[in-house]
Amino acid sequence: MPTLGDYLLVSGLLFSIGLAGVLLRRNLLIIFMSLELMLNAANLSLVAFARHGVTVFGLPDYNAQVLVFFIITVAAAEVAVGLAIIVALYRLRQTTHVEDLNRMKF
Amino acid sequence: MLTILFWVFSVLMLASAAAVVLFRNPVNSAMSLVLSFLALAALFVTLDAFFIGVIQVLVYAGAVMVLFLFIIMLLDLKAETRRRLNIAALAGGLAVLGGFVVLITQVVKSLPASADHFPPLARTGYPDAYEIGMTLFSAFNLPFQVIGVLLLVSTVGVVILSRRNLR
Repeated sequence: MPTLGDYLLVSGLLFSIGLAGVLLRRNLLIIFMSLELMLNAANLSLVAFARHGVTVFGLPDYNAQVLVFFIITVAAAEVAVGLAIIVALYRLRQTTHVEDLNRMKF
Repeated sequence: MLTILFWVFSVLMLASAAAVVLFRNPVNSAMSLVLSFLALAALFVTLDAFFIGVIQVLVYAGAVMVLFLFIIMLLDLKAETRRRLNIAALAGGLAVLGGFVVLITQVVKSLPASADHFPPLARTGYPDAYEIGMTLFSAFNLPFQVIGVLLLVSTVGVVILSRRNLR
């Protein structure tokens, strides 16, 4: 049976891969996808803790799962707004490479 | 059986997440991101969180990825051309990453509960979605409505941002 530590380790590794994408890649869309990976890693550890902290009724901690539900909703809104900003930026500069976007005002 | 499934889906999820970072073509990255999300939904199911798993497939692997692919097609992005690497930035990024991985493994190892097996669940006869719905609409009613307003605001924001002349 996998333990709580196994799930937390997998979640931490997923977060690290997302962090690697944000730090090392220079394409805006890939950076944005890596951000989604990091959010998902947080969700995985939340659900693992919810399964670990069983309540007195013998059920998983559903408060944590509701928090995951909220995170997924906010992440969906964030993706929509972020991609709209990337499209607006692309219209101005015709690039998604972060090194070409080095000024605060165009 | 559960152990085998856990490791299969974890390795699948981590490998496809690494592929997201390593692919040069954004379409390939988006496709491996779909695979990663599906494997993560399977991991949620191994944790008895069936509702969250279904939501993960519907929202992430469905809606969010369609949005990503739509934008990639709209911008008509080609595979990234190789540029001169900034060695100092690369080394700094890898150093931060290595330190972070070491830190995470140390913290997980030192956690007292980390070797615990999950306690067995009681059978209530109610599905997962029922319990989450009861929690959502009773204890978290106000946050739920605030989330609704947030979605409305982001929809309006996206419409304004995608106007042709932004100024």
